[in-house]
Amino acid sequence: MVTLTFWPLESSTSSTTSSVGICCVSCREKGLAAGIGSPAPSATHSGSGGPSRIIPARQLLPTCWALRRKLLKVSLPPSVGSCRTGMEAEQGEELVGKARGPTSTFTCSAAPQCLHPDRAPCAHGWLWFPCGWGSQGVHLCWSREREGAGDRGAALAALCIAGRRSGNDASYYQSAARNTETECCKLSTAGGRGQRWARVAAGRQPGQCHRGTKQGKRPRAAAPRLPACMYFSSCSLRCSTSAGGPELSREEKLQLRKEKKQQKKKKRNEKGTAAEPPEPGTAADPAQPRVTPHPASPPASANAPNDGEKPPGGKSKAELRAERRAKQEAERAQKQAKKAELGQGAAPAKPRLTPTEAPSVVKRLPEHVQVDDPAAQRKLAKKLERQQVPLRQDYGTKVNLFSHLHQYSRKKPLTQQMSIPSTVIHPAVVRLGLQYSQGIINGSNARCIALLEVFKQLIRDYSTPPNEELSRDLVAKLKPHISFLNQCRPLSVSMGNAIKFLKKEISCLPDTLREEEAKEKLQGTIDNYLREKIVLAAEAISKSAFEKINDNDVILVYGCSSLVNRTLCDAHTQTDRTFRVIVVDSRPRLEGRETLRRLVRHGIHCTYVMINAISYVLPEVSKVLLGAHALLANGSVMSRVGTSQIALVSKAYNVPVLVCCETYKFCERVQTDSFVSNELDDPDDLIVQRKGQAQLGGWAENKSLRLLNLVYDVTPPDLVDLVITDLGMIPCTSVPVVLRVKNVDQQ
Amino acid sequence: MEFQAVVMAAGGGSRMTDLTSSIPKPLLPVGNRPLLWYPLNLLERAGFEEVIVITRKEIQKMLSLDTKMKLDFVYISDNVDMGTADSLRHIHQKIKTDVLVLSCDLITDVDLYKVVDLFRTHDATLSMLMKKAPEPTEVAPGQKGKKKPVEQRDFIGVDDTGKRLLFMANEADLDEELVIKRSILQKHPRMHIRTGLMDAHLYCLKKYVVDFLVENRTITSLRSELIPHLVRKQFSSPTSLQQGLDNKEEGRKKKEQASLDIYSFIKEDNSLLKPAPDNSCWNDHRGDMNETLHEGKVRCYVHIMKEGLCCRVNTLALYIEANRQVPKLLLNLGLEEPLVHGTAQITDRGMVGSDSIIGSSTQIGEKTSIKHSIIGSACTIKDKVKITNCIIMNSVTIEEGCCLQGSVICNNAVIEKGADIKDCLIGSDQRLETKEQFLIKPLLE
Repeated sequence: MVTLTFWPLESSTSSTTSSVGICCVSCREKGLAAGIGSPAPSATHSGSGGPSRIIPARQLLPTCWALRRKLLKVSLPPSVGSCRTGMEAEQGEELVGKARGPTSTFTCSAAPQCLHPDRAPCAHGWLWFPCGWGSQGVHLCWSREREGAGDRGAALAALCIAGRRSGNDASYYQSAARNTETECCKLSTAGGRGQRWARVAAGRQPGQCHRGTKQGKRPRAAAPRLPACMYFSSCSLRCSTSAGGPELSREEKLQLRKEKKQQKKKKRNEKGTAAEPPEPGTAADPAQPRVTPHPASPPASANAPNDGEKPPGGKSKAELRAERRAKQEAERAQKQAKKAELGQGAAPAKPRLTPTEAPSVVKRLPEHVQVDDPAAQRKLAKKLERQQVPLRQDYGTKVNLFSHLHQYSRKKPLTQQMSIPSTVIHPAVVRLGLQYSQGIINGSNARCIALLEVFKQLIRDYSTPPNEELSRDLVAKLKPHISFLNQCRPLSVSMGNAIKFLKKEISCLPDTLREEEAKEKLQGTIDNYLREKIVLAAEAISKSAFEKINDNDVILVYGCSSLVNRTLCDAHTQTDRTFRVIVVDSRPRLEGRETLRRLVRHGIHCTYVMINAISYVLPEVSKVLLGAHALLANGSVMSRVGTSQIALVSKAYNVPVLVCCETYKFCERVQTDSFVSNELDDPDDLIVQRKGQAQLGGWAENKSLRLLNLVYDVTPPDLVDLVITDLGMIPCTSVPVVLRVKNVDQQ
Repeated sequence: MEFQAVVMAAGGGSRMTDLTSSIPKPLLPVGNRPLLWYPLNLLERAGFEEVIVITRKEIQKMLSLDTKMKLDFVYISDNVDMGTADSLRHIHQKIKTDVLVLSCDLITDVDLYKVVDLFRTHDATLSMLMKKAPEPTEVAPGQKGKKKPVEQRDFIGVDDTGKRLLFMANEADLDEELVIKRSILQKHPRMHIRTGLMDAHLYCLKKYVVDFLVENRTITSLRSELIPHLVRKQFSSPTSLQQGLDNKEEGRKKKEQASLDIYSFIKEDNSLLKPAPDNSCWNDHRGDMNETLHEGKVRCYVHIMKEGLCCRVNTLALYIEANRQVPKLLLNLGLEEPLVHGTAQITDRGMVGSDSIIGSSTQIGEKTSIKHSIIGSACTIKDKVKITNCIIMNSVTIEEGCCLQGSVICNNAVIEKGADIKDCLIGSDQRLETKEQFLIKPLLE
């Protein structure tokens, strides 16, 4: 079921043809408005003639957010059927007030196009965002039955692409767009002087989102290369503005298409006789993107008759017949070849992609963001069964947007389903898992350190069974333990990196080592990792942070970050600068109290406020110092929920935001929002106990009430001024560089 | 291996001698199963494969249990009176890991993982199980009138979460007032002191506690000495405690030899947050400047059952209560064996209550009604007998027209025609004459 929210359109953009409209605060703020038009293609796209205006992505983003947020709630009335919803957002006042339906001709003409080839039209709703600044439009269609957060993500991303003109910038938004197999997003950048079509054939692309099948995994999207799946053909498709096409009825269009195909064939045949047949799948024919049976190519049809009429003059009938037969033979052969190619390639029914465009690396999505996908869950259950680890059941109903994440109850630990003298899982790991899930070991660094210490113990107690190799068997032995811990609480990025490192170290062990030596060596490497990546890194960070802490500074910190605490304590004891700290805290964990305790213990002058008082304290703050859970490849900072809010308000007050983060927490993942990959904590934590009464106590029984206890959020890179790492101070957009250097180092 | 289970089944049942004079306590039938079966079944359900059972030789001979677990019987000679701590010390060589000690008289359907998880999560020294004690409502047979239980009350102090065990004292050890050390209140300004909690005698103990026991020969009982000792030790620093303990020892037991401190047995890795002391932002307390957990090395936790069955069979009243509860428990366990044994011959099935248990080869005559009762195997119950709230052990013969209510009838007793028995305990091999009426009157051999 497609869900869309409708709410009354207040602005003057309200369309003449529709009674409902979409509008959101941020749209209005930006001078953007969106409206839903009637499904019928009525008017021509009159506005597209003007010069294209570029909207910076940042300006666009809130729109998308709002859109996206709103897109999720209310269901479409079933009667809408294969609903076509055009939305228009206009920038600037000049366009406000213009009556607009879906209006633009190419909206409609694009419609059959957008439909996923595998599915009947009625199974789709499609949505068009001609993000009204005259020229850019995004076509998007998604399948109804598989509607999910990923699809919405794609919608968002596609919208973003439209907003971004530069390919490089767009690349990571594209990555989000490429995420599903079901939707095909169509991006059109139709400039005033010519239309640029870019297709995001989402079909078999690796994508950032979780909705995808096996292939869908986050690509390293921040890599400045343009992903292969996307291409902007520079051809000018005179589509909507040209006469004909759009006004035609469906049958006519089909007719046209047929004709066009035949003409193409003929053309090809002729070419085939003259020279070799053009290779399918290359961009040999840029003016005619071969896979775009877009009805908006009337120019082609207009040209076609001429092509078709070209007679290979000067030949007898017999000759002609023979020639034709030969042509047919060739054609058949060609078709078969094409089919074979299709079968191998990742493209769906329509060869949207050439093999060269296909992604080289196919990555899997992690299961912990596919909870709403029963197939992925079955797979997980099977894997756990194989590893003899029980499956932890999700708890309670989840907030709509987060149905793809796990939500566990602290009161129902995994040990419930295990025998008490645990046989499969090492006792130390059981204990660690419980401590993770109960929140006793908490914080990215602490979790990673505890994990490595336990793994050291595991390696110590390990003995290679006969006929096995240590390097292989040990990795296999670690796997159930990691699955167990992952179910107790989803692994942190730091833990993920540490595990990756350890696995690599184990597999790289030379075979010549005796078991004892190998174990000792491994423990040594773990110790080194702990010392270099965490202890020494913290030291380096606190040293370089000294430079940033001046006399009489007022530093704002949030939550409890071991690194920030250490930095502040070091700065207090090792320098003679006087500074003051404002500790900001938030419910439900109230971790700031621990920060406060530690800082006050060191004699630092502290103030403690809750996060809702932040705008009150910010005017006196000179610096904001934040910890991080992870730094993502696009420069986003993933941290305790609330961090992005603080960064945003700080930006508004022009207070510099510094983030402290060790480089071992850098992650190749890309995230632009906090939805796709996050963690849900126990919703029961939000229950307030006051005077013996538990407010919200019976939330589970109330069907219209859901609790969201989000753990992390993502701070966009432009809100962060500087990242203090063990490599020095870098802008947060340099994460990919650091990661690349690291990769080179490791090899 | 993570845990070793030890079942203490050597006790004589000194508080219910009426029953245990003829049948040793671990063999007392509860729901037609020996008492010892229940803790063993609890362990088996939890996933244990090996159990050490400390018992006496003659008990083991009479014991027949069907269990898949490997039972390791350790015998204690009859003439030595050994406390539970002594028993544990006795088998210390067998103990290689942390231990789960439980008494043979515990019948419970607790989820054992809850107790064990407290132990695991907090890396505790001790975790134990408690349950709100039931109010003694029914009159126990053989006890005239409503006698208040002579037992001394326990005062249990827990923290806000209700899990950390802070204080423990028995009324017997106290004078007029309850004395709480300042060190406890400094660290835990809020403490809930509760009475009316029954200790289930189920303890998870660290290996080093057993080592400590081996060195400290003065401790004889787990419940009355070791556990309170551990609870106290949570709040005393190693040095001051040494002196305090010495003084106490001198005062009480006149022993010159200083007992070894438990701290010397705690190994390095005990500290809960040791790998990342400064990194985790978790803290168990607030409002002061102290480190997490106050750097205490000994930590005791308690799981207090809010609902579910948990009873200890150590008095006659509790024995009857346990028998009353057991049919429900057995049903919940989903055992293959039905409550009414297949070989029992019952004429009027409709007259047998659904919560009654009837053993094998028992014959029950016409118009005999049985309610809330447990009847052993090979009994003969004739026509027109009314049995309510009774426990009838094996091979008992009840003649026609009897009326039994709230009584316990031991093995091989014979009750003649028309007897009317209420709230009585009838010993083994007793024979009741015709037409006698007994009311709240102990009848023993």
